[in-house]
Amino acid sequence: MPETFAFYMFAAIAVGASVLVIGQRNPMYSVLLLIASFGALSGLYIQLDAPFVAVAQIIIYAGAIMVLFLFVVMLLNAPREDAAEWDRTHPLRQPGVTRWGTLLAGLLIVQLAMALGKMSELGAPVAGRSDAATTGSVTELGRSLFTRHTFAFEATSILILVAMIGATVLARREDQ
Amino acid sequence: MDFTPYLRPAAIGVMIFITFNALIIASAILVLAERKIMGFIQQRYGPYLVGPWGLMQPFADILKLLFKEELRPKGADKWLFTLAPVLAIVTAFVAFATVPFGAQTDLFGLLDEPIKLGISDVNVGVLVVFAVTSMGVYGIVLAGWSSNSKYALFGGLRASAQMISYELAYATSLAAVIMLAGSLSLREVVDRQQGYWDLFGVLPVPKWYVFLQPFGFLIYVIAGVAETNRAPFDFPEAEQELVAGFNTEYSSVRFAMFPQAEYINMVTMSAVATDLFLGGWHGPFLPPEYGWIWFLVKVGLILFAYIWVRWTVPRYRYDQLMTFGWKWLFPAAVLNLIVTAALVLYFNA
Amino acid sequence: MIPLSYYLILSATLFAIGTAGVFMRRNLITILLSIEIMLNAVNLSFVAFGRAAGDLDGQIITFFVMTVAAAEAAVGLALVIALFRHKESLNPDAFTSLKW
Repeated sequence: MPETFAFYMFAAIAVGASVLVIGQRNPMYSVLLLIASFGALSGLYIQLDAPFVAVAQIIIYAGAIMVLFLFVVMLLNAPREDAAEWDRTHPLRQPGVTRWGTLLAGLLIVQLAMALGKMSELGAPVAGRSDAATTGSVTELGRSLFTRHTFAFEATSILILVAMIGATVLARREDQ
Repeated sequence: MDFTPYLRPAAIGVMIFITFNALIIASAILVLAERKIMGFIQQRYGPYLVGPWGLMQPFADILKLLFKEELRPKGADKWLFTLAPVLAIVTAFVAFATVPFGAQTDLFGLLDEPIKLGISDVNVGVLVVFAVTSMGVYGIVLAGWSSNSKYALFGGLRASAQMISYELAYATSLAAVIMLAGSLSLREVVDRQQGYWDLFGVLPVPKWYVFLQPFGFLIYVIAGVAETNRAPFDFPEAEQELVAGFNTEYSSVRFAMFPQAEYINMVTMSAVATDLFLGGWHGPFLPPEYGWIWFLVKVGLILFAYIWVRWTVPRYRYDQLMTFGWKWLFPAAVLNLIVTAALVLYFNA
Repeated sequence: MIPLSYYLILSATLFAIGTAGVFMRRNLITILLSIEIMLNAVNLSFVAFGRAAGDLDGQIITFFVMTVAAAEAAVGLALVIALFRHKESLNPDAFTSLKW
């Protein structure tokens, strides 16, 4: 019973914060609401017996990537979007294709939810296996990461290096 | 009425209540301790008028701050201006939640199952402390931004850039200790530091990780000092350069939260350093149930060292600070990690 | 116990919200934030499937997804900064010089 309550609470926070993220005019508020959404997702990961992923989510997403977004928003002094412009260009107010497209997107969510809910073989409960392999212990994760997935791990480190170089070069001022 | 099934939750509730209040009182005591020690280092008495030896000075300070006028600059963002100190103080308290501060106790036989002294014990405890500390950046950067003032903005940006730079060295020095201990849970790391080695058959040396990882301890303490924006790394709140840095526009209660958060962060860093390197609550002469006394002694020593360094050493300039963090401390931490890994493999194989 | 389909529905909802954000918003930073929402939704479904199958690979894939998201956010934000310096605007409709 408390598990179900926790799931619904985290899910409500995640969905609510995400909807507010795409609905805010001030980008600073969007970033902070997204951090709240990440926190809720972290709670869901703990429920899924993945404590390391939950903490990594806070460290990497909420603690590093969002700080980067925050710095860029502050650096660019991203303005609050104009209210009149907002009302004029909102997709639900546009005649024709855009309005129907948005409504169809909503319909897609409802269809996906119905389809996923009806798949009976996927209705099997998530918890119930308690092997050591599924408790997500850090030792097991590390062992698997460095033996079976070594190539992906090393490739990711090169990816991060490339991203660092790329970001530094792209954001440099031209007059230097 | 039979109260026995409620004894355990009540004991845990009392422990949490005591810890929470202890943190608040610790920040008040640190205010006084800082001013007294600063005074003695500068060859003068610290505050001595309010109460015996100035002991009531923190209360006087808090009363003064509470009665000040609550200001908010006109251009300041309404929500963020109040959210920033709340974030700072909440992350400071939550970071202490996974730090164990004593062995188990069964309250002189009242409880049939002993409670462990510590608010919670997660199996990834070290990472949780790190995660919550990295969320502490938001309090400062939002304070700087929402004040709508250039001193505050510069102070906030510098402070947050400093904090995220030193997080790297912090995490890497933690990783070396984790390798030695083989577990991410703080309680297990402390439990592995029990016992003594016999040096030359004569001298009992406690099995603390500071003796196995002296370099790592040094790096951790330096990174911890930089993380809490203290001592030689407090350029962002330097009075001479930036008025008051990111908390320029704050007053009264909102202002009081920032130094309080800073002191509680100091306590958390010292507590984690004690748990990881100085053997936590293990010490001679006392039975393990009273280990928390040794814990307090060790944390107090580290806090004294914090205050001592602040008033002895001049401040780093900002670019020197960043150069030190990226070009010296982080490579040193990585080197420490590599050497530790090599030695662990050599001695275990 | 929470059935797997609940997690999948939540993941699909978050993904749809992220997609809606990418299409609807006219602010480059918010578009990047919506992409992060989508990546998180995918992470959630990976971990949920991994849990249901009793395999740790679900969690391992999430590390790689997080790393790729970090790299993409860094480069994307650098691009946004460069674009802003050029045109002083964060509206993607302002960058029309490649239109025929």
